[in-house]
Amino acid sequence: MIAPLGKPDDAAKAGTSKAPALAFDQVTVRFGSYTAVSNASITVGDGEFVSIVGPTGCGKSTLLNVAAGLLEPTEGEISVYGKELDGINRQAGYLFQADALMPWRTALNNVITGLQYRNVPVREAEELGRKWLARVGLNGHHERFPHQLSGGMRKRVALAQTLIMDPKIILMDEPFSALDVQTRVLMENELLALWMADKKSVLFITHDLEEAISLSDRVIILSAGPGTHPIAEFVIDLPRPRDVSEVRMTPRFVELHHQIWEAMREEVLKAYERNQQKLAS
Amino acid sequence: MPGRGTMVLMQLALLVALFVAWFVLVKINILPIFFFGDPVLVLQQVFDWIISGEVFVHLATTLIETILGFLIGIFFGVAAGMWLGLSPIAAALLDPYIKALNAMPRVVLGPIFVVWFGLGIASKVALGVTLVFFVVFFNVFQGVREVSPVILANARMLGANRSQLLRTVYIPSAMSWVFSSLHMSVGMAFVGAVVGEYLGSSRGIGYLILQAESTFDVNAVFAGILVLTVFALLLDLTVTLAERRLIVGRPN
Repeated sequence: MIAPLGKPDDAAKAGTSKAPALAFDQVTVRFGSYTAVSNASITVGDGEFVSIVGPTGCGKSTLLNVAAGLLEPTEGEISVYGKELDGINRQAGYLFQADALMPWRTALNNVITGLQYRNVPVREAEELGRKWLARVGLNGHHERFPHQLSGGMRKRVALAQTLIMDPKIILMDEPFSALDVQTRVLMENELLALWMADKKSVLFITHDLEEAISLSDRVIILSAGPGTHPIAEFVIDLPRPRDVSEVRMTPRFVELHHQIWEAMREEVLKAYERNQQKLAS
Repeated sequence: MPGRGTMVLMQLALLVALFVAWFVLVKINILPIFFFGDPVLVLQQVFDWIISGEVFVHLATTLIETILGFLIGIFFGVAAGMWLGLSPIAAALLDPYIKALNAMPRVVLGPIFVVWFGLGIASKVALGVTLVFFVVFFNVFQGVREVSPVILANARMLGANRSQLLRTVYIPSAMSWVFSSLHMSVGMAFVGAVVGEYLGSSRGIGYLILQAESTFDVNAVFAGILVLTVFALLLDLTVTLAERRLIVGRPN
């Protein structure tokens, strides 16, 4: 990776290691007069699993949309492997919080949608699609339509749909928040296994601190909105491979949870008070 | 609640009872036979038409008019709905005109179509098209505007370009709305065909009824209505069957 001239800082980084997968540089996003995100600088290293945690309604999804290239920052810039992002982020796959499957396509056809956009021959695409459906544990459900699948199954299809494109970066917006606890733990473990298999860079958004700690290499805490920005970050030094339900019992996990919660508490209270005021007025 | 079989039997019994009531009321002169006809003669007329094969020419004509009106109406409705759905400026510009056209009882265009397209099939198809068009148009317009933003964003993240978005997101989404209004569209095409035939034609079930009416043959009028009703029921049944195959990926 060759850094542009006149930016010694970048050049130095490029010299020592690979440029980060994602780098938010002083990103501000405004919607009209409302400032959703202000001056946020975040990096996600190559192959790193980073979680962003923040109180509800603090603009976490806005950050992810910026990283995806679906939303242009009002100020600041975002670079992907050292290159400034312009338009859709072609290196990234996005797992949405809401159902994003096409209801008129079968599971298999949903999974291979992206390959079809790339004009991969149908037979080849379907073969790969079947492999991916098997990998996410959905053998025998190829011809089902989304409404015939459970919420957990739909998430698996969405996961296969994103991962089949082999993106270098995966953006995840509270992907498992709608699932029941058991399914959720299963999906989290599967996600970790898939991530371990071929180290993608992951930016994972959640409001669940335990989920963030058990999955990530690094956890970033956001301030309460409006004008969200990172206020603290913690390196999660729990050994890998992890089992998300077992790792929660370890003393180190409890310790980290305690530390991060201390840092978060104030922001959560702020967000809570703001909501109460909104309700009162 | 009685079982399905019993219910069908009861429904048939009700039909027979209605015919018998009709027959009796006419026979004892409570209903004047001149206005209400004789159900036996009505059925006789229907059988005569079927045996002589005369009715099939007319049925075929009406069917062709209906199908053409339906297909052409769907085509233009989808095209216009997509266009306006994707172009907010055009939609805003044309909004009052669309409202006016929709408010207008469009069967009044029938005489103009007769003048423009003659007494043949074309004027009936044109009437059917105008009726079908608006049903489809509004559904597609709505469908395009209400395409889930998440599905759109997802398709873009998966690498869809503009034409791929159109083919894989907008059109299927709009079509699911078209399918949900299939019954209504086919019904409208049928109304267009029959009303068109009433206004002037040389063939079709509407023509058959018009003919009978002009000779005060009330039995033939009722026979025509009977044939029309059975035909409409069959048409609706076909749509239901088609729907089962076409509407996929939607609950219910």
